[in-house]
Amino acid sequence: MSTFAIRTESLTKTFDDVTAVNAISIEVTAGTITALLGGNGAGKTTTIAMLLGLLKPTSGKIEVLGEDMVRSRHRVLGRMNFGSPYVDLPKRLTVRENLRVFAGLYGLRHPRDRIEELSTALALEEFIDRPTGQLSSGQRTRVALAKALINAPSLLLLDEPTASLDPDTGDWIRSYLEEYARETGATILLASHNMHEVDRLCSDVLMMKQGQVVDRGPPAGLVKKYGRKTLEQVFLDIARRDDDEIDRSAAQ
Amino acid sequence: MNEFQQVPQHIDQPFALRRIGAMGLRYLYLLRSSWTRVVELAYWPLMQMILWGFMTQFLLTSESPVIKAAGMLIAAVLLWDVMFRSNIGVAVSFLEEMWSRNLAQLFASPLRPYEWALSLLFISLVRTIIGVIPAAVLAIPLYNYSIFEMGLPLVAFFMNLMVFGGAVGLAVSALVLRFGMGAESLAWVGIFLVAPISGIYYPIAILPDWLQPVAWALPSAHVFEGMRAVLIEGIFRMDLFINAVMLNVLFLTAGFAIFLYVFRLARIKGMLLQMGE
Repeated sequence: MSTFAIRTESLTKTFDDVTAVNAISIEVTAGTITALLGGNGAGKTTTIAMLLGLLKPTSGKIEVLGEDMVRSRHRVLGRMNFGSPYVDLPKRLTVRENLRVFAGLYGLRHPRDRIEELSTALALEEFIDRPTGQLSSGQRTRVALAKALINAPSLLLLDEPTASLDPDTGDWIRSYLEEYARETGATILLASHNMHEVDRLCSDVLMMKQGQVVDRGPPAGLVKKYGRKTLEQVFLDIARRDDDEIDRSAAQ
Repeated sequence: MNEFQQVPQHIDQPFALRRIGAMGLRYLYLLRSSWTRVVELAYWPLMQMILWGFMTQFLLTSESPVIKAAGMLIAAVLLWDVMFRSNIGVAVSFLEEMWSRNLAQLFASPLRPYEWALSLLFISLVRTIIGVIPAAVLAIPLYNYSIFEMGLPLVAFFMNLMVFGGAVGLAVSALVLRFGMGAESLAWVGIFLVAPISGIYYPIAILPDWLQPVAWALPSAHVFEGMRAVLIEGIFRMDLFINAVMLNVLFLTAGFAIFLYVFRLARIKGMLLQMGE
């Protein structure tokens, strides 16, 4: 198997005359947690959607877990999953019903056992038979994580996994993700605006702006490179640089 | 075994009944979660049947054999409801996914769009049965009329109207996917476009000459003419049945083709990510 869980080559997506993602070439090493950072409209969500096969690239190549996502995404979709607080599960279904449906979609051989495991691991027991729409945001995030882990994916794509959570629940989710990656060897790519989260979880950071990857490296390395004290300051530096500088960086 | 161990999965196949079953289960859960929706399914067919039942009793004094044929209007209204419910069953289940902003979750999984379409047809069958059977049963004590006495022809009519309603439902759902929730009302009213030329309550011969070929291009026209042949002349017109089946093959193929084409377009234009209330 490739040492890269994700590899893109000149990946581009345009919507009419807007270029949302502009010829990005990235590699995400298997077994790592990598962050995709960037301001609003930087192209993170579009990139993740293309990696998930939800969006067809205008041009370029995507290889996920060794498979060409443009031509044969169904070969690999069963081994990956994703979670986002911005994509709901049906609110009238109970947590258990929602998980049963996704267990079926991912072709699990023993769905009940898996749901029980996740229910215990993510402390869902108390509300597993309640409609998803009646849960608090912290509970809903745990349910979204259970859905994202239903098939024990080798590649997990997360879009702001701890957005709008209280610090305690956010910390709990981060600990769980760390443990999941360590125990399973899974690759995690997460888009986040929480620099503390990225600092703690990620061994590599991809910085995006205006549809391009403008820099990358380990969090500490980027802090050092930009002569700053925190990753947040690096993020602000990049977000506020003018476009010519970005073009020069990307060219390098 | 703990939650970090590998989870045994079935080998992925291009077509999997288990995925269609999972989507069917999802729609059954949705239906079960709201008893008011279940009641609503049966409400309109019942009201229509009661209304047209009394109308039939009034018209029985007429000299016209067409009108006098026992249960003609009740049968027509029940079979129209099969077509209408089948169409709405597909479209509403499709809209449920839009309302819950759920397409990205579904299509990040191994689910194929044609499996989704088949699951929509399955739940549409369930919803139609829930909607129409109570009305058909209630017509027996109320008007001393049982549509079930038609026997096998009834099965032929039912299946043809189910398929036609489902095909229209798929095409209408595709339009909603293409043009967004602003086109939602199409899901509710689309089927009424074919109602006047399906010959539900009157023979196709009543229509203007130029409109009759258009009507005969619809499977529903053949079904309702076939229904009249059974009720008035007591014969099952095999020619009408075969025409309906052949036209349904065309309409269902077209419904699927439009649905899959628009789904492909949705992946290009990013519509799977944007849909929602």
